[in-house]
Amino acid sequence: MSTAPLAADKPEMLRLEGVHKHFGSHHVLRNVSLSVRQGDKVVLCGPSGSGKSTLIRCINRLVSHDQGRVLVEGIEVSDHARDLELIRRDVGMVFQQFNLFPHLTILENCTLAPMWARKMGKKDAEALALSLLERVHIPDQAHKYPPQLSGGQQQRAAIARALCMKPKVMLFDEPTSALDPEMVKEVLDVMTELAAEGMTMICVTHEMGFARKVADQVVFMDKGEIVEEAAPEEFFTAPRNERTRQFLCQILSHE
Amino acid sequence: MSFKGKVFLVWMLLAACFAAFVASFDLKLSLIADKLPFLLGLHLTPNGFIQGLPLTLFLCLAAMVFSTILGFLAALGRLSGNPLAYGLATFYTSFFRGTPLLVQLMLIYLGLPQLGPVPGAVPAGIIALSLCYGAYISEIFRAGIQAVPNGQREAAAALGLPRWLVMYKVILPQALKLIVPPLGAQFISMLKDSSLVSMVGLWEIMFLAQSYGRSSYRYMEMLLTAAVLYWLLSIVFEAIQARIEARFPQGRH
Repeated sequence: MSTAPLAADKPEMLRLEGVHKHFGSHHVLRNVSLSVRQGDKVVLCGPSGSGKSTLIRCINRLVSHDQGRVLVEGIEVSDHARDLELIRRDVGMVFQQFNLFPHLTILENCTLAPMWARKMGKKDAEALALSLLERVHIPDQAHKYPPQLSGGQQQRAAIARALCMKPKVMLFDEPTSALDPEMVKEVLDVMTELAAEGMTMICVTHEMGFARKVADQVVFMDKGEIVEEAAPEEFFTAPRNERTRQFLCQILSHE
Repeated sequence: MSFKGKVFLVWMLLAACFAAFVASFDLKLSLIADKLPFLLGLHLTPNGFIQGLPLTLFLCLAAMVFSTILGFLAALGRLSGNPLAYGLATFYTSFFRGTPLLVQLMLIYLGLPQLGPVPGAVPAGIIALSLCYGAYISEIFRAGIQAVPNGQREAAAALGLPRWLVMYKVILPQALKLIVPPLGAQFISMLKDSSLVSMVGLWEIMFLAQSYGRSSYRYMEMLLTAAVLYWLLSIVFEAIQARIEARFPQGRH
């Protein structure tokens, strides 16, 4: 993927400025600043407890930050309900535990948001959902219920569900961590295709192979701070920070 | 013989023992036969109102509807971050779970007129039952709603769905599976508690049983008849509840 620094002519999609977050006395995010431009693929990695999941949850306000600013497409993320719903419609999110709605079919899972939030008609929503389910290679599962699908299929369905809202940014919170190893590839392949189509993505993951192939920027976080940010080649072959090096040693020794 | 067949046999045996036990009381069955149509509500009162079993059912059905609505609202209040809603909800549930239904009924029927509005016996009965059971039901709703995994809320919120829609389309359908059984139990309990409403002079099952008992000096016949009627109603309620529970088979992943 591109090695050039984030091009100046691409509009800025996301920005975090000096973001802090505390959970009680635990300082989870310390002065986090990040800028993501349209079409960028950012991989966020780091040891558990480093604040990666909290960071992406601050973007769509599943978690509210204590200090600093979070801007999505120039709009500041705050508690004001109307803006929040609009922001969330443009930011899609895929979760580690899939979080599909088990009482609805896969098709209904996908059409719920477009019909209610984007006021789409049922036929249009279903057509859109089916086309996206095809894109993630599970069109035949449309009328089944989530518990009837395998983990890999469920996660792909979750990706389709998020894509049905035609988001401008996709957030992935360890999308393959809860999957059996043989199903990790099918989900990563879908994410790679999505990246190739130009989607702006922020991905929290331990899959370093994916990061090397797909990411424009790899961001390493530790204890709530961004420790290092670099393009993949530089990040993996010549990390500047000692903590990054330690982390890479631990993680790459498994591969 | 199948399992069901054997269970049925056990029931029949127990019923026979019960009947034999009751028969030993030397009950005046003609009295029961005489008064049963009134208890069953087959005749209207002299004032033209329904009485007996239909009145009991009417009170219960009305109270079931209102208590469920109240319980749901109180649960929402208890779960909300709004101090007014939370305070109201917790105060309400504390008072109406902490005081006897009889006291609540009397407060509404006898006490409310002191403030102005004079409730009739039927509204007073329905209001008391609804307020009392709404408080217990709110805890059932709260527990059911909280049991739905948080990831469901997160995913629905991340899709940009408004909060009322998240509750209506995502949370409640999943919470209902946990809510229906204890809710059904509350309703069956309410059926029995409706007998307290006899204290404000409503001619439901208990009132009639007591007054016929008093006038004929034959309490046993009347009370046993009332007991059997409540029992039969409960059995019907339980059967309905079982059918409703069967409609929520979806397991969670």
